[in-house]
Amino acid sequence: MSTEMNVVHDLANREYEWGFVTRIEEDRIPKGLDENVIRLISERKGEPAFMLEWRLKAYRHWASLEKSGAEPQWANVKFPPIDYQNIVYYSAPKQKKQLQSLDELDPEILRTYEKLGIPLAEQKMLANVAVDAVFDSVSVATTFKEKLAEAGVIFCSFSEAVKNHPELVKKYLGSVVPHTDNFYAALNAAVFSDGSFVYVPKGVRCPMELSTYFRINAQETGQFERTLIVADEGAYVSYLEGCTAPIRDENQLHAAVVELVALDNAQIRYSTVQNWYPGDKNGKGGIYNFVTKRGKCAGKNSKISWTQVETGSAITWKYPSCILQGDNSVGEFYSVALTNNYQQADTGTKMIHLGKNTKSTIVSKGISAGHGQNTYRGQVKILKGAEGARNYTQCDSLLIGEQCGAHTFPYIEVKNSSARMEHEAATSKIGEDQLFYLQQRGLKTEDAVSMIVNGFCKQVFRELPMEFAVEAQKLLSISLEGSVG
Amino acid sequence: MSLLEIRNLHVNVDGNEILKGIDLTVNAGEVHSIMGPNGSGKSTLAQVLARRDAYHVTEGSILFEGRDLLEMKPEEAACEGLFLAFQYPVEIPGIGNTYFLRSALNAQRKHRGQDEMDAMDFLPMFREKLALLEMDDKLMSRSLNEGFSGGEKKRNEILQMAVLEPKLAILDETDSGLDIDALRIVAHGVNSLRSPERAMLVVTHYQRLLNYIVPDFVHVLVDGRIVRSGGKELALELEEKGYGWTEKEAQQPVGAKA
Repeated sequence: MSTEMNVVHDLANREYEWGFVTRIEEDRIPKGLDENVIRLISERKGEPAFMLEWRLKAYRHWASLEKSGAEPQWANVKFPPIDYQNIVYYSAPKQKKQLQSLDELDPEILRTYEKLGIPLAEQKMLANVAVDAVFDSVSVATTFKEKLAEAGVIFCSFSEAVKNHPELVKKYLGSVVPHTDNFYAALNAAVFSDGSFVYVPKGVRCPMELSTYFRINAQETGQFERTLIVADEGAYVSYLEGCTAPIRDENQLHAAVVELVALDNAQIRYSTVQNWYPGDKNGKGGIYNFVTKRGKCAGKNSKISWTQVETGSAITWKYPSCILQGDNSVGEFYSVALTNNYQQADTGTKMIHLGKNTKSTIVSKGISAGHGQNTYRGQVKILKGAEGARNYTQCDSLLIGEQCGAHTFPYIEVKNSSARMEHEAATSKIGEDQLFYLQQRGLKTEDAVSMIVNGFCKQVFRELPMEFAVEAQKLLSISLEGSVG
Repeated sequence: MSLLEIRNLHVNVDGNEILKGIDLTVNAGEVHSIMGPNGSGKSTLAQVLARRDAYHVTEGSILFEGRDLLEMKPEEAACEGLFLAFQYPVEIPGIGNTYFLRSALNAQRKHRGQDEMDAMDFLPMFREKLALLEMDDKLMSRSLNEGFSGGEKKRNEILQMAVLEPKLAILDETDSGLDIDALRIVAHGVNSLRSPERAMLVVTHYQRLLNYIVPDFVHVLVDGRIVRSGGKELALELEEKGYGWTEKEAQQPVGAKA
């Protein structure tokens, strides 16, 4: 299929559009990590004592893990050892004083977000989406704050939350992902510099989509953000994160933590369109995206839905999970993960059923092209008390070309005999006959491939908020460029 | 200028010569039928005309409206007005029938320098064609051919042809797998698309279809060669005598048919 291979090839070689660098003055601390660095970060951020204590505890735990070589090795990904002393743990755009309004923001940064299609000036904003923009280690702007405040919704940078809502932060920080959870979560807890904080009070339906846009700009810097979303009883919130980074030859580490808490009858929809720089066509550079995301359905009848479209990063290691503690709570995971060129992804979810009549749904769509390696790893655990629990899992893989791989590792553990489990899995190749059929009707090979892939991912895309579903489809086509021949 | 001119066409598939020197001229407005036993190369001819990659032309030429068809990619040939109704239409999950067909039509319109058709203009035209093929609207909101019965798939092919309005339509064993009612509906659809500007190449194993779609010319393909050409009565003769009758002629050198 020579023409088919050429198109895959062209798709793969399409340039990463978001790879530019913004030239601004940075306030960065020297490379390396020790207790002093933790103190320095905390001091730069003007944090209260409880946060410093929390960080130090996490740091000591991480240091002991690192010393004993406890970096996780089980994922189906390959990369040279990371030198944690060769990373800058804090870098922020230099700003002289506290910003009073967006007008005071460095115009270079404003332009950066404009270029990324995320205008921060509110009159130009996407209708009904509030954005928190995180640039390197700090949040630089949050839009629509006042409008949200009217509804009682708190949406701000993590740093602000620590200052203005310490009681909420104290109560929920680490309550879903403790610093002892895993190696990268411990590292994040020690050095995280910013992120987003959302609190939706009792009975409130958040009046707009919330969104955080992460941008790594500085060189040799890691990004360690932390997001905490709490939906109080009967509350509803839909949240979306997006991310990009400049093209650089070195690998950069991104180790984030996201915690979601849904109380009685609350619902959280969390959507991710992940487009970190994936490295070049030979696998040079790119982001290591080692992320811990977990939601707790703490209350009865609560619901947490994760939807992710993962097209970027050299390596993706993430398992957005749900702890279904409340009776009748529902967890959902919808995922599209695409690996092209030399990208590797080991991603999936955990659904831990504790409460009675808890339900979970997993739909995972893995697409591998080029030399990409795509692994689905999922765990469904039904504990003893989870009477009447149900799970439906579907994981499908689509292969494009001859050199890529798809792998599936489902773990199922059932301790209550009333559980009902369904698991479906399928692996297919984009058939030459499918492509030819579409071409015979007049569609170009590229458009035909993108149509087949979008069809394959449809179940997931329809879970995305409407504004982003189109963007996700476009992104997928772009990420596939050069992948089909 | 003829719409389609095939000269001395030789085609290899996986190193085996399947077509061994085909000559065929088709003019606008004509309906030609290619008949032949299994393995004679009928489908290969259809696939080569649609520019499928796996078929290697080792000798000969094909002109489509005077242009070298062998230089065209499948999508170019399609956009120039060549349509293949597949013998085995594929299923593609997650792509809505209507969406797909509008995308295809617009790709072709774009190629011809016409404006793309929006949903408002597309739908009334589309409904008309659906009625022609007696197809249920509900099928159209489903995924492309997914879960369609054999007959529904074949009807869907003719529906696509009706929407895309090609200059040359190649029907590859469209009758196979159709019951008599479906056959009538499909034939009605095809006949209503006959026009002085459009030519059709009806590839079939059985004479049955030709009772409904009456061809202007019939060609008998045996072992990669056209061994006999004639009018519609040739099909009846074949039905009576069987392909064995023509197979002796396959041994004759090309051109002996004249």
